[in-house]
Amino acid sequence: MDRRTPLARARGLGSAKDGVGHWWAQRLTAIALIPLVVWFAISLVMLSGADYTVVRAWIGSPLVMMLLVLTIAVGLHHAQLGMQVVIEDYVGGDGWKLALIVIVKFIAVLFGLGAIVAILRIGFGG
Amino acid sequence: MSVANRPTNRPLSPHLQIYRWQLTSVLSILHRATGIALAVGALYLATWVIYAAASPRAYALFQGFNTSIAGRIVLGGWLFSAFYHLCNGIRHLFWDAGYGFGLKDAYRSGWTVVVVSLLATALSWVVGLKLI
Repeated sequence: MDRRTPLARARGLGSAKDGVGHWWAQRLTAIALIPLVVWFAISLVMLSGADYTVVRAWIGSPLVMMLLVLTIAVGLHHAQLGMQVVIEDYVGGDGWKLALIVIVKFIAVLFGLGAIVAILRIGFGG
Repeated sequence: MSVANRPTNRPLSPHLQIYRWQLTSVLSILHRATGIALAVGALYLATWVIYAAASPRAYALFQGFNTSIAGRIVLGGWLFSAFYHLCNGIRHLFWDAGYGFGLKDAYRSGWTVVVVSLLATALSWVVGLKLI
């Protein structure tokens, strides 16, 4: 027996109130990260032993700048979505749960923005 | 105290340590563990470019840690976590699409993930050490 109202059924958001939004975002970022992580891991290995100038020249080249910003932004988004699930699963007590999720999201945005500013600064010479 | 919050003495289902270890559960746990490690690793990566933008001295400080034994272990662990989470993540995406749920398939894909991520990590180390 379905006891939901017709409106609730039409919205299809379920008891968590946000439907498949979180799940879908996690999958989309996962798919995007497949090529990005392969590219980044190979680049990191190839940069072994590289000095300061070589690393900066690499970060500052246009294609690398774009891919690095993408990797960091998409990666941190995926990371905070995943950490949210881990916290929701293991942390008891709604107060702690909410506080930790907020902290994780703030840290992700803070480090992401810091990294993007740093990459642009290297690329555009600040 | 409301009825919902009242402590109960109902029997609990057996906890983790009751069950025999098996590949599928170990890989599942490892996916979470590497995911958490990579979340921290992503902050480390962000710190890396921030130090590179800051100054040569700041970057030297960062590189000093990277080239130490502890730094090598962290970077090696990061690489393995990345390859493992990547391979097993692709396995999860196939499950999301509805493929590979059979017991035989789950074990075959599981061992493939283990072998590929270990090989990729080993290859990265060999190439990386050659370049230094």
